[in-house]
Amino acid sequence: MAEKKSLGKEFSKGIIAENPVLRLVLGTCPTLAVTTSVSSAIGMGVAASIVLICSNVVISALRKVIPNKVRIPAYVVIIASFVTIVQMIVKAFVPALDAALGVYLPLIVVNCIILGRAEAFASKNPVLASAVDGLGMGVGFTVALFLMSSIREIFGAGTFMAGIKDLLAIFGDVSFNGFSVPFLNENPMLIFLLPPGGFFVFGILMATVNKLAESKGKPRAELRGCEACPMAKNCNLHSCENSSKEVNG
Amino acid sequence: MEMTKGLVSILLTAILTNNYILAKFLGICPFLGVSKKLNTAMGMSVAVIFVMALSTAVTYPINTLLVSRDMEYLQTIVFILVIAALVQLVEIILKKYIPALYSALGIYLPLITTNCAVLGVVLLNIDEGYGFVESMVNSVGAGLGFMLAMFMFSGVRERMEANDIPKFMRGLPITLVAASLVSVSFLGFAGIIENIFS
Repeated sequence: MAEKKSLGKEFSKGIIAENPVLRLVLGTCPTLAVTTSVSSAIGMGVAASIVLICSNVVISALRKVIPNKVRIPAYVVIIASFVTIVQMIVKAFVPALDAALGVYLPLIVVNCIILGRAEAFASKNPVLASAVDGLGMGVGFTVALFLMSSIREIFGAGTFMAGIKDLLAIFGDVSFNGFSVPFLNENPMLIFLLPPGGFFVFGILMATVNKLAESKGKPRAELRGCEACPMAKNCNLHSCENSSKEVNG
Repeated sequence: MEMTKGLVSILLTAILTNNYILAKFLGICPFLGVSKKLNTAMGMSVAVIFVMALSTAVTYPINTLLVSRDMEYLQTIVFILVIAALVQLVEIILKKYIPALYSALGIYLPLITTNCAVLGVVLLNIDEGYGFVESMVNSVGAGLGFMLAMFMFSGVRERMEANDIPKFMRGLPITLVAASLVSVSFLGFAGIIENIFS
């Protein structure tokens, strides 16, 4: 029973308390880049989650085998292998998603969330807990992407979940292809889809989350500079340490 | 002449219209993380230009080899490993032979390994089907664009320090909104390159 409860905690912490994007501020590049439409954001979230779960499981299973000194390169190889597998699957079965994500699909390799969880969790915990942690973090990442992309797509294009049909084609023929938002559909605010809109929506979303967190007595989400970076322990980056301390202080 | 024109066009596109940070969202972590001071921002940018150019020069022949053996699917794994090993190697060489340069750039090098802009520029060069010279020009342009964005943004942030910002916007949110405004200014370059070279 106690085991079950702690697993539930591992799962739920990734969604709210330690949401990788909104609380830990990791994986900002894909968050800004692929959130121009809900369907590509969901696709990205699911692809990254699959890589995260699989790499967490394998790294956790091998945690006693991988020598400490070469662990980062070993993790990178494991993650890159799963990214390649996911890339091939997406290319074969969901070509529309491959076209939408473009270069960001292979760039899941350098997504800080995945290497970060490998270093912070999977390398220290048993297989099942790591899998659940990966699932929770993956869902948290997807939820954050969904929030961002909903705002950007509704205001920027006047649609919601447009093109989801191509994404769901993997499960057979689906007729649902998103909604069209009245009024905004005829007068979309294109700036929300352009890069500045991405930065702006993310900023406002972070401000809202910080406000909510503060009202519950939780610390604000801060950009922690190099501390959050999985490479931090490998580089003796005095200047970066200083800058992250400044950010904190 | 045509060739030079094409190369200049690629260079300016990479710096201005397709800026890797502000238009393609690659390398956001260092953009937000180390742009607090002008010195660190510049050191980071020079290291990024260097690593981008070097990894493009090394991965281009490797990619040709992979394509000739029908092994394109290995690109992601091979490139990330090559870049990581290369950065480590450069760090060791600099430490041993050019300590002055190492103390200026060395500290930024390990951080760049997992910088998505470096892997991104390598993969985008292949997607675009650029030849060796074009790839190199695009990489240097991407690095210079990175530097320009870092330079502008660290200036903005240094000025922002002294301002009285509403409590809930302090820290990351106002930084992102400022980045949005810097990004708007780069939208002004849209279409300019095509007009110069048409």
